[in-house]
Amino acid sequence: MRHVIIGAGPAGVTAAETLRGADPAGSVTLIEGEGEIPYARMAIPYLLAGKIQETGLRIRPREDHYARLGIDVVHGRVRAVDPAASSVTLEDGRILAYDRLLVATGSRPSLQRIPGIDLPGVHTCWTLADARDLLRKAPPGTRVVQMGAGFVGCIIMQGLVSLRVDLTILVRSGRMVSRMMNPASSAMIRSWCESRGVKIRVETLPESISQEDGHLGVHLPGGEVLPADLYLCLVGVKPAVGFLEGTGVEVGSGIRVDARMATSVPGIFAAGDVAESVDVVTGERSVNAIQPNAVEQGRIAALGMAGRQAASRGTLPFNVLDTLGLKSSSFGAWQGLPGGDSVEVSDPERYRYLKLEFLGDRLVGANAVGRTDHLGALRGLIEGKVRLGPWKERLRRNPALLMEAYLACALKA
Amino acid sequence: MQKSLKMDPNKCTGCLQCEMACAYEHHHTFTISRSRIKVFGFEDEGRKVPYTCTQCDEAWCLHACPVEAIVLDPATGAKKVLEDLCVGCKVCTIACPFGTVNYVAATGKVQKCDLCDGGEPACAGACPTGAITYVDADWTGLDRMRRWAGRTDNNPAAV
Ligand SMILES: Cc1cc2nc3c(=O)[nH]c(=O)nc-3n(C[C@H](O)[C@H](O)[C@H](O)COP(=O)(O)OP(=O)(O)OC[C@H]3O[C@@H](n4cnc5c(N)ncnc54)[C@H](O)[C@@H]3O)c2cc1C
Ligand code: SF4
Repeated sequence: MRHVIIGAGPAGVTAAETLRGADPAGSVTLIEGEGEIPYARMAIPYLLAGKIQETGLRIRPREDHYARLGIDVVHGRVRAVDPAASSVTLEDGRILAYDRLLVATGSRPSLQRIPGIDLPGVHTCWTLADARDLLRKAPPGTRVVQMGAGFVGCIIMQGLVSLRVDLTILVRSGRMVSRMMNPASSAMIRSWCESRGVKIRVETLPESISQEDGHLGVHLPGGEVLPADLYLCLVGVKPAVGFLEGTGVEVGSGIRVDARMATSVPGIFAAGDVAESVDVVTGERSVNAIQPNAVEQGRIAALGMAGRQAASRGTLPFNVLDTLGLKSSSFGAWQGLPGGDSVEVSDPERYRYLKLEFLGDRLVGANAVGRTDHLGALRGLIEGKVRLGPWKERLRRNPALLMEAYLACALKA
Repeated sequence: MQKSLKMDPNKCTGCLQCEMACAYEHHHTFTISRSRIKVFGFEDEGRKVPYTCTQCDEAWCLHACPVEAIVLDPATGAKKVLEDLCVGCKVCTIACPFGTVNYVAATGKVQKCDLCDGGEPACAGACPTGAITYVDADWTGLDRMRRWAGRTDNNPAAV
């Protein structure tokens, strides 16, 4: 069996390794699209912050890891997939035949459609090459205007602050990390960042960008112009699926997959940031763009490609963020579910917050700020759909008892 | 055969010798907040429950790590954090559904039980009542957790 994997992020690498074990007689080709040794995007902020060298981003530290396992790494970008011929065409014209294909191409950054977005001083920060570029062009004191404060925007901000640039952050909506944290916890993150010198402007969306004498002008509605040396556009991402046009592979917010990570076209699977799958809590379809999901889906897809029985129980969104030292996290349906109830403890002065969302006597979601201990138990309780019984009332009286609730309820399950 | 930590809450008095031994073993301090094993108190029932990583087979933390900073020690079966590689992203702390990988602000990295790299783990050695012992692992992973929990939890209401 010839297995071809497009994309060498965590989903693709995990799938390749899993296939080596699950189908030792088959061939495994891993197409890497950026001319790099496979690396983890999510380590980029630590490179910006100077905490690690480039080698520290590698998904597997050893350079010869893939050769040793018999995984054939091909560098190149896929231009098209032909399901009728079971082949993949690269941009340089090379053609690779497959029996099973995995699409693990993740996302690519979307750009605002405004005049000036193609100027040389406009950047994004999604790839290692972007990060290198930024490190070169942003010495201390550089005036950076960053558009976007979602999860990736906030974590890049952390890196930029350690580069000691002069940073202004524009937020289109009223609040930061609006798709991860509820209004109360998001407000804490904003006030924390502002108190540490980051300029944040909410409900602000530039109309255009201009350039004069090598300097940028960021034009806001109403006529105000922000001077900048760099404009960093971090407004969101789209699934990287352009090469699938005409294949019949169904795409919604991402490539639609079933519990085995199979797409609508036989022989083609998808996993990770590029895939739209079922949320284990809400039952709704969505893209769960987090590292652990990419690894898990890569593993399940590979087992399916090798003809094994493996199915996902659904994916759980969860994330942890460090904004200039303030830790925040979110799990599952942190917005709450219809018919559910919640408990909240908030201490804005000390930047501590915890909100638990219930449906009946089960935990379905949570937001936390200013605490890191034993948070994994929230995943255990939510994903395990653990019945809390009398512990729900105890948690309502004191949400901080979540580890005790976990020990009492989950481990006896 | 590999060994594993066995925790028997019915024998635990809450003396915290284990926490002190763990903090000392890894950080040369008796500051129990640095301990990787923790004794949880159940005030309503007057119970004490020592708890740490059981080195589960699923190894959620190890698989979640983006840069392979958590590895399997083939000799002991422990999943160990390699501090040199850890970037401090904390993904493992929320991926571990048992809540036993924790962030250490002082180092900017995470820590978890590593079974003290062979020999008898310090907590087991320090426990005066036999609530924590290091025994042959004749069961594995979650199963082990379940048996442990099933034996110890006397709260009948959570079904
Ligand atoms: C700055 C940053 C910080 C993050 N922090 C966190 C975090 O703290 N926690 C967390 O859980 N997640 C975090 N994430 C998200 C996490 O990195 C992703 O969820 C994860 O990388 C998804 O893995 P993947 O394998 O699906 O896709 P990717 O890692 O995006 O890999 C996709 C691969 O496909 C390749 N590719 C794309 N198109 C083609 C093509 N046409 N031909 C060939 N190859 C192609 C790409 O080059 C890439 O190698 C962060 C992301 C970023 C950018
Ligand atoms: S905190 Fe360290 S060990 Fe944990 S996932 Fe991140 S890099 Fe890996």
